[in-house]
Amino acid sequence: MSKKQKKMLIRIIAASVLLILLNLLKLPEAASAAGYFIAYLVIGYDILRKAWKGILNRRPFDECFLMAVATLGAIALAIYEKSGDYNEAVAVMLFYQIGEFFQSYAVGKSRRNITELMDIRPDYANIETDGTLEQIDPDEVEIGSVIVVQPGEKVPIDGIVTEGSSTLNTSALTGESVPRACGVGDEIISGCINLTGVLKIRTTKEFGESTVSKILELVENASSLKSRSEEFISRFARVYTPAVVYSAVALAVLPPLARMLTGLPAGWNDWIYRALTFLVISCPCALVISIPLSFFAGIGGASHEGILIKGSNYLETLSKVRTVVFDKTGTLTKGVFEVSGIHHSPMEDAELLEYAALAECASSHPISRSLQRAYGKEIERNRVSEIEETGGEGVRAVVDGHRVAAGNEKLMKRLGITPIDCRSTGTIIHVAIDGAYAGHIVISDLEKPGVKEALAALRNAGVNRLVMLTGDAEKVASRVAEDLGIDEYHAELLPGDKVSLVEKLLAERSSERDKLAFVGDGINDAPVLSRADIGIAMGAMGSDAAIEAADIVLMDDDPMKIAKGVRISRKCIRIVYENIVFALAVKFGCLIMGALGIANMWAAIFADVGVMVIAVLNAIRALRVKNL
Amino acid sequence: MKKTYKIEVDCANCANLMEDTAGKVAGVASVTVNFMTQKMIVTFEEGQDPKTVMKEVLKACKKVEPDCEIEL
Repeated sequence: MSKKQKKMLIRIIAASVLLILLNLLKLPEAASAAGYFIAYLVIGYDILRKAWKGILNRRPFDECFLMAVATLGAIALAIYEKSGDYNEAVAVMLFYQIGEFFQSYAVGKSRRNITELMDIRPDYANIETDGTLEQIDPDEVEIGSVIVVQPGEKVPIDGIVTEGSSTLNTSALTGESVPRACGVGDEIISGCINLTGVLKIRTTKEFGESTVSKILELVENASSLKSRSEEFISRFARVYTPAVVYSAVALAVLPPLARMLTGLPAGWNDWIYRALTFLVISCPCALVISIPLSFFAGIGGASHEGILIKGSNYLETLSKVRTVVFDKTGTLTKGVFEVSGIHHSPMEDAELLEYAALAECASSHPISRSLQRAYGKEIERNRVSEIEETGGEGVRAVVDGHRVAAGNEKLMKRLGITPIDCRSTGTIIHVAIDGAYAGHIVISDLEKPGVKEALAALRNAGVNRLVMLTGDAEKVASRVAEDLGIDEYHAELLPGDKVSLVEKLLAERSSERDKLAFVGDGINDAPVLSRADIGIAMGAMGSDAAIEAADIVLMDDDPMKIAKGVRISRKCIRIVYENIVFALAVKFGCLIMGALGIANMWAAIFADVGVMVIAVLNAIRALRVKNL
Repeated sequence: MKKTYKIEVDCANCANLMEDTAGKVAGVASVTVNFMTQKMIVTFEEGQDPKTVMKEVLKACKKVEPDCEIEL
């Protein structure tokens, strides 16, 4: 509790005690009036002060000003009517302050809870100098320095292990609870917690560029991108208060005048009282507070599960996703290809593989990398020249003086070479050397475990169209799509085709409200990620490009997280709507009853504070996403 | 140019008011107030000095919400 809050609590308690005593003791009228006056000042002096400032700044719709008018009005009526009952005015002020107090306490508490969930910021880095460890600010560590991470400590900066082996707890980053083993030569990512052994790490990035900094920045700024519901509420709040105030003025003046004209007694007291009741309900705070709080809690809960959502607006869009488009490689399949066969080669298999691997040496495409892996030896770059890569086709290069072309059927046909078809399913890399067909290499990719369940879960979560896009061959695509139960697939696409296909799918939707999400590995599908309503990058731990391009980042590559993200967003949006509807219903109900003279000021203040308390408690529910 | 400032504001509606007000100050291209993280993200117009602009922003914000604070 902050100092401000403690002071407020003391004032609330003092005023409550005073109010109860005044009601229990039967003091003479003057003493009792003085008592009420003191209680009123104790609880409301700052409101009065702010109301005064509001007048000076010509802001008639300031909530403090309105509260001051309502309570002072009630006191004036009590004096005029000689009732000696000032309970109402003091109580309204008291409950208003209790509401404010609760709001600031609850918001502060949930803010802390949520930041604690994301508490991955390392405080120091250990540097070894002359055999002793020194703790320094991670900001001061230069690239290439060697840092020491002891068991139980957080890895402060991204780097490569140079000494030692250990297991890492990555749960703060990925939500994954199974520790990950690491040893010499492994890249390791900041934000993980070292569990068992001492590690020496050569840093590859500055602290500000490290994963942990990127993630923190992302999460901290996430709720700044406002959702449509937030925009709606702040627009609403702008109109609501003036509207209520004007109707209060109308309520105070028009009915009595009308009654006077028709010869009835004017009843000014009654109508002014009803108008004051209006002012009590005029504060839109309950509504305004609960919306960003819900989003903040939802985003916080999601990031604890390894789902980073870059803004409230994306959380809102995610909840409306009806179509999910997947990139196949690296998303539905492991993206780890293995050479499963070499056919029709006039030369030794190993030699063909060597040519292909060398030709592809400059490419970072998963297929190229798997060829290089299968080749198994050091790639001597100086044997390769004139590398020319054509997206969606393959690579041409000169290796040891031979012109080598390695790629799919399209490439072969363009070069005027007739490739020999393959009967096995998988990605086929045809190789031509010096313009003559030299056989093909079959590479197959494995489906990720759990993809099938994840897709079923997505369907359960309300997604009704699953689409797969791939640059891979028709045959491979159809097999994967059938295996996984995907509705439609498009194969043999060039990178540019993916964008136009996503645009086509966007145009095909029955309504603008049904959103389309694209899921990719974030490495070479940045244009598609940004074209879709919402771009989701998977397995992005450590990939800056993916974090940059996507709207939602899944830290590990568990496909189940997509469905979980959708469910989290649905829950959060449901809470937001519940709060909007509930708060509006109670406020308008109260306004109507107040106008009719059924609800008095007590009811109004209870409605105001009660709605806020319930809305805030409801908003905090968005944080609980563990079992979704 | 975009800069982030730490702010102190007690109620969500006041944060909205601050956002509205700050957005109207000369030299400010756009502004977002994040009530939950208590941050104000200001994009300045080309060629404006953030320091002088922020002074005006603070002054304007104090008018709508006397209790607010912006760490400059």
